[in-house]
Amino acid sequence: MRTKHGGKEFCMFALPGLFCFLAVVIVPFIYGVYLTLTDWDGVASVKNFVGLENFGGVMRDSQFWTSLLLTFKYVVFVVVIVNVIAFAIAYLLTRGIKGQNFFRAGFFTPNLIGGIVLGYIWQFVFSRVFVSIGETTGWKLFEASWLSDPTNAFVALVVVSVWQLSGYMILIYVAGFMGLNEDVMEAASIDGATGWVKLKSIILPLMMSSITICLFLTLSRAFMVYDVNLSLTGGAPYGTTEMAAMHVYEKAFTSRQFGVGQAEALILFIIVAVISGLQVYLTKKQEVEA
Amino acid sequence: MKKSTIGGNKRKLANALAMIGLIIVFIAYMFPFLMVVINSLKEKRDIIKSPFSWLFTIKGLSFDNFEKAFTQMDFLNAFKNSLIVTVSATVLVTILAAMLAYYIVRHNNAVSKLTFALMVASMIIPFQAIMIPLVSIYGGTLNILNHRLTLIFMHTGFSMAMSVFMFHGFIRGNVPIALEEAACIDGCTRSQTFFKIVLPLLKPIISTMVILNSMAFWNDFLLPSLVLTDKELLTLPLSTYSFYGTYSADYGTIMAGLLLCVIPIMILYVALQKQIIGGVVAGAVK
Repeated sequence: MRTKHGGKEFCMFALPGLFCFLAVVIVPFIYGVYLTLTDWDGVASVKNFVGLENFGGVMRDSQFWTSLLLTFKYVVFVVVIVNVIAFAIAYLLTRGIKGQNFFRAGFFTPNLIGGIVLGYIWQFVFSRVFVSIGETTGWKLFEASWLSDPTNAFVALVVVSVWQLSGYMILIYVAGFMGLNEDVMEAASIDGATGWVKLKSIILPLMMSSITICLFLTLSRAFMVYDVNLSLTGGAPYGTTEMAAMHVYEKAFTSRQFGVGQAEALILFIIVAVISGLQVYLTKKQEVEA
Repeated sequence: MKKSTIGGNKRKLANALAMIGLIIVFIAYMFPFLMVVINSLKEKRDIIKSPFSWLFTIKGLSFDNFEKAFTQMDFLNAFKNSLIVTVSATVLVTILAAMLAYYIVRHNNAVSKLTFALMVASMIIPFQAIMIPLVSIYGGTLNILNHRLTLIFMHTGFSMAMSVFMFHGFIRGNVPIALEEAACIDGCTRSQTFFKIVLPLLKPIISTMVILNSMAFWNDFLLPSLVLTDKELLTLPLSTYSFYGTYSADYGTIMAGLLLCVIPIMILYVALQKQIIGGVVAGAVK
């Protein structure tokens, strides 16, 4: 009976979903690899085969390598700060203080709002509110808008990203802390483990699975940052805060070099895949059972 | 807390310090939102004079900004567009992914194995790696950009892999095959079995996926910005973007516009807080 209706069942249950997936993800992905070998400008109906010429174009595109380097720097800062802050806040939240749920829900709020809106909110904060604080108090730190100076604009981008992402990671770390075995914690305390030692030898190893997830999520999100980058700095001043994902967009849709843009997108994809794969492999090895 | 008796006062003090620290950090987190709310009610010159001023002088408080933002952003239309796209794509991906995952779990053949492997592998592909060919295919060859349906279809396709993965895990762990066999003996067809027996059992995972997907669709900017250019069709993030480009110097109106975008989400969040937080945690941990 199963073989007789196998085809019909496949068409009914599997095909619609599979079709959407193939048409939107797999076909464009493969077609994208082909695009890197052509000189398409986005308009012309003819695509000439140019071999690996576009990858040569990527090599010569110094702006791409600058943005990639900047993205690396950004990822390191964001990943480390987000996870340290989220871990610390989650730790404080799970000590049995009052209003745990309220805090947790509040910290998560930025995650509900799109990056575009968040970026604009912070643009106002950096360019008007902080400057106004600077004018009133005379603090050098807030004298000029952070967004008009390359280094400070980068810091601003990191601040906003940390603010945006940490709420999500707090949720995951809180779930991790709640899952910690009370008996193990008590045994550690009885054995005299306190403070730093307890954190390093007991809590951290037991929290490794949460850390694996959080590192993975922050890594992949930070590498692909676009919305906040676009609305907060837009690459300004003078393209000094343009991250890799934004550069790829500009290359393809503004400079109309689709082949080079797609080649850069693929290189970015491979870098992200390798790094996050490596991260998951390395942190998974550290995971232990209680 | 039982443990607090062991540590005594020291523990109490530590908790009080933790509380104070948390409150300070929390206020810092909420500060940008507070600024938006305060300044959305002020006139431009008051904002430039001091973004804090409203705290001390109530003079000049008005809702004019909201009126202006509401009409300039074409808020109702953008809201409607976002709602149509989000709801249709969410419903579509939920049903199609549940069916596909169900097929994969119940059929141990080469097709389902290959499909599943392909989907899991594709989850690491970032959107940026496919956006250019996507525009090339759907804009150039097929020429069907600038339709809501195209966007809905693409949202569905992009969230398919993740959704199937989640449903797959849930069905394998929580839907006993004996139930389906019983239904089969009682004369149910495959589709009746799925819609009447299996689907109701999937409620927990459906609510998780609906929350995750609809949040992603509602807030997405990059994909809609590539698909929709027609002013009539813009979703909320897109119309915010174009609105900001035109009025960026008009702070009061901008703040009101941003607040208008945030308010509907906040209302929903307050109402469904438990489900949303639970859904996000469940989605991440898997």
